[in-house]
Amino acid sequence: MADARTAKTSNARIWLAGGWLLVALLATIFAPLLAPQDPLAQDLLYERLPPFWMQGAEPGFWLGTDSLGRDLLSRIIYGGRVAFLVAFAAAAAACIVGSALGLAAGYFGGWTDRVVSRIVDIWMAFPPVLFAILLVAVLGTGLSSVIIAIAVIDWTRFCRVVRAEAMGQARMDYVESARIAGFGRFDIMLKEVLPNVLPAIVALLSLEMGIAVIVEAILSFVNLSISTDDPTWGGIIAEGRLSIHQAWWVLVFPLVTLFLTVLSFSQFGEGLKARFDPVLR
Amino acid sequence: MIPALEISGLSATLANGARVLRSVSLTVEPGEVRALVGESGAGKSMIGKAVLGVLPPSVRIAEGRIGLEGTDLGDLSAKARRALIGAKTALIPQDPLTALNPSRRIGPQTTDRLTKILGWDGTRADARIRQLLDEVQIRDPERVLRSYPHELSGGMRQRVLIAAAFAAEPRLIVADEPTTALDVTVQKQILRLIAALQREHGTAILFVTHDLGVVAKISQKVTVLYAGKVVEEADTPALFADPKHPYTRALMAATPKYTDPFASLKPVDEAVLAGLATEIAAADRDWRAPHG
Repeated sequence: MADARTAKTSNARIWLAGGWLLVALLATIFAPLLAPQDPLAQDLLYERLPPFWMQGAEPGFWLGTDSLGRDLLSRIIYGGRVAFLVAFAAAAAACIVGSALGLAAGYFGGWTDRVVSRIVDIWMAFPPVLFAILLVAVLGTGLSSVIIAIAVIDWTRFCRVVRAEAMGQARMDYVESARIAGFGRFDIMLKEVLPNVLPAIVALLSLEMGIAVIVEAILSFVNLSISTDDPTWGGIIAEGRLSIHQAWWVLVFPLVTLFLTVLSFSQFGEGLKARFDPVLR
Repeated sequence: MIPALEISGLSATLANGARVLRSVSLTVEPGEVRALVGESGAGKSMIGKAVLGVLPPSVRIAEGRIGLEGTDLGDLSAKARRALIGAKTALIPQDPLTALNPSRRIGPQTTDRLTKILGWDGTRADARIRQLLDEVQIRDPERVLRSYPHELSGGMRQRVLIAAAFAAEPRLIVADEPTTALDVTVQKQILRLIAALQREHGTAILFVTHDLGVVAKISQKVTVLYAGKVVEEADTPALFADPKHPYTRALMAATPKYTDPFASLKPVDEAVLAGLATEIAAADRDWRAPHG
């Protein structure tokens, strides 16, 4: 019975969270077709228009406009492009590096493990957001710098989790049986251990995408992401903060979008983990 | 006749120098079942692991030889040793719950060894594993081969593992307490299956167990182990008819009997243990771990 309930909640998670992510992703991919306005077009006659249900709203500006008269909905949709690109690229890079090192450390143990673990310990001593800002300052602003910075900081998250999982799996009898049968260590790591670590990696990958979205928002909030002209969620939030008393919507809508996206990434990952796990399935 | 397994003077130590095996010698002739009995911690599983080349890194073989069909494992390179062990031996493990990979289907999991290590083609491996599943009385091999381990009961999993162990026609099987983790009712069936397949295939088995009842049912020869030392060795019927060593007699007295389950339960006598301690101290007195 507990199993059936777990399956149901994990299904609901996958559908709700996945649904939001799909809608948001499609909207950003087809932004030129879907965005009602040019996200960069300024029009001082239309500054600080409220969202559609309020007095003084104009048709075509569904979520209102900011202090320069730019359409908020269009800016959020275009901002999603940066957010999703960073999420996928940075999380994938962190995942590949961190999982590979974690798998090797956890399975081989010995000096491999000692070296990798010490590097992780040292790495984790840096405060992540400051580290990111420092890296971007050194690499120069721009999309690729943001992606590199997030991957460089967050590979340790994958490394630690995958190492612990791989260590547990390496002690299992089926690994010993594969040894006796004559399979090589590397073979066993990829064929016997990796599939059992995969659910954890998938869940973490999705979680990491959410974290990448947040970090990108933080970096663009402090103006260290991409050029200031292109809309980013963090950038819109930073602008909205200045006019919170005159136009709350400029702050609230991108925040809600950010919140839903990050939450969806983590819930989607948890749901997938339950699905992927053959024992929980 | 070349024995399937010949262990002579095997000693093993932990990193701190403590001895876990004390000059163990035993032989398993081809087609013979030798039981290795002792309490937990006596080192019986350790011997099995040493034969299969999977001793934990903390245990070091200090001296002694392990010969598989006349080839001394110590003479081989690590790679050649792995190849020989892979080709000549198999393990029936203690815990069928952890001995199968939970994220792989039974089919590929059991045929992998035949195709990847022994170089059989897929059809032959598939036919072979089906034949063995039939021999362990699995009625619907189709379903079982497509299943994940968690979809099968403990008894079914142990049958699958037995089939997989015999599939490659090993010369020696190490059975490491293969019935301990199972229900009492299933234990009997599994034991019968192992005995039947052993007779059918003529495979030599080193049968590790703590259960003297199992020893009587399955083995022709017995080695009794205490604290990593062989205390008695005999043909199975002879051992039960006339146990020579006081420890063996004490073990037999400590085995519960169905007719009178409580009254007959006796712990091993203090005097016997004291005697064993003296024996072991004597064995260790002249022993020094050789270097290298």
